[in-house]
Amino acid sequence: MNAWLAQHWQALALALRRLVATPVNTLLSLLAIGIALALPAGGQMLLVNALQLARDGAPTPRISLYADLAADRRAVQQIEARLKNHPAIKSAQLIPREATLARMKSGEGLGDVIDALPGNPFPDAFVVTPADDSPAAMDALADELRKLPKVEHVQLDSDWARRLHALLQVGRTGVVLLALLLGVGLVAITFNTIRLQVMASRAEIELSRLLGATDAFVRRPFHYFGVLLGLAGGGLAWLIVAAATLWLKQPIGELVKLYNLDFALSPLALVDSLALLGAAGALGWLGAGLSLRQHLGDH
Amino acid sequence: MIRFDHASKRYPPGIDALADVSFTVGKGELVTVGGHSGAGKSTLLKLIAGIERPTSGAVLVNGQNVGSLKRKAMPYLRRNLGLVFQDQKLLFDRNAFDNVMLPLAITGFPPAEAKRRVQAALDKVGLLDRQKAMPVMLSGGEQQRLALARAVVGRPNILLADEPTAHLDAETAADVARTFLEFRDVGVTVLIATYDDSLFGAPRRLTLHHGRLQ
Ligand SMILES: Nc1ncnc2c1ncn2[C@@H]1O[C@H](COP(=O)(O)OP(=O)(O)O)[C@@H](O)[C@H]1O
Ligand SMILES: [Mg+2]
Repeated sequence: MNAWLAQHWQALALALRRLVATPVNTLLSLLAIGIALALPAGGQMLLVNALQLARDGAPTPRISLYADLAADRRAVQQIEARLKNHPAIKSAQLIPREATLARMKSGEGLGDVIDALPGNPFPDAFVVTPADDSPAAMDALADELRKLPKVEHVQLDSDWARRLHALLQVGRTGVVLLALLLGVGLVAITFNTIRLQVMASRAEIELSRLLGATDAFVRRPFHYFGVLLGLAGGGLAWLIVAAATLWLKQPIGELVKLYNLDFALSPLALVDSLALLGAAGALGWLGAGLSLRQHLGDH
Repeated sequence: MIRFDHASKRYPPGIDALADVSFTVGKGELVTVGGHSGAGKSTLLKLIAGIERPTSGAVLVNGQNVGSLKRKAMPYLRRNLGLVFQDQKLLFDRNAFDNVMLPLAITGFPPAEAKRRVQAALDKVGLLDRQKAMPVMLSGGEQQRLALARAVVGRPNILLADEPTAHLDAETAADVARTFLEFRDVGVTVLIATYDDSLFGAPRRLTLHHGRLQ
């Protein structure tokens, strides 16, 4: 166990020595990886913030339900009871037809028109707030409510939610696409850096094999090298995003104040930060593995 | 310990470096391999270490057929061998201590024990006080002794050396040769390609002529 740990420690130390031995190369690779990863990471940060802003600032999507004009009090109470007990409904508020009539009458110019009508033209209505406000769930709920007895009309004011949802979907796809492309970029950078390392260490690799080194022994420091490069690049990307967040915080604060919104830009979430570092390390390992397979040879 | 059984080695264009070579070297024996330049001395040592494989015949080391050894098994064969290369193959980017440390790092020796062994090996060849020196700062004779220290640090049971005393002045060559004799005396099997066997007492000698054993 001690010897096993010592071997890994030696490989790690060797990888670090090689990183430090070529500072310009290392720095350039780190910059390339850092900037490449900062793009999807920054995109994710903006996306999460946009989602938060949308949740906070947008009117909650609702469903309006209008009872049949002929429905009597009892029928309306039955509808109300069913809405209140429905598991997919967060809240349902009754707006009695009398209240609507009174409100409309006080409206400018409408009073006379309404007075001229024989009875109350307005139905009893409900404002329903669904538990799940995704467009699909709201559609399903609206369809179900339409089938209730004595319900004349159900209106879904989810256009806005639909547009937002679609927009966020585009954003999410964009971030995934960026992450994929730049992940491949990271693998390519590591691949090339390891290629140069292997070439620079030819003599040592050849000698190690003559002295009884296994493939694992030869590969280990390069794998560590790839992981270190990835992790350091991921760390740099995190710093870039953190700096951008700090820098944007004030101007964005000014902007949202103009819209009377209560919102502050949040930095990259902890889970996303860990995912960034994890992915960077894993891609570094992968790039190193591919490069070793190509350049170490299994003669 | 080492057995060649009608072993031949032909390099790609059709050069017969070794042809139908048979001999046996027992445990604790010191044998020199002589012959003109290009006679096949280096090739013979390379077959033992599995650096080259025989094109026909068999080479057995510690009972294992080196020619048919699996790639994965090769490292473990080599860990029983101490190799002194004709071109020494020292690593010039690390000091004497770290050069000698390499075989122990490869086998995964515990660090404290490894350090003691490296210093003992350097002491054996008279380089203990130069352990921090980089190879370029060492003389030709010192580099040769450093290569020897690296070959023996893993306490191999077979020691193979390719012209270890070439380019050395008489006194240094005698020193190096004496070290080989000391290893033979503690039971190590020693095979040395050399033009100058007089340095090694009156050893058993294999002489090659255009790849054939005389
Ligand atoms: N890798 C190789 N490819 C082709 N020919 C080689 C190779 N290595 C050695 N030879 C040839 O094999 C012959 C024996 O070489 P070698 O074993 O190095 O002889 P020695 O060590 O006795 O000088 C020489 O003719 C040499 O040119
Ligand atoms: Mg030779």
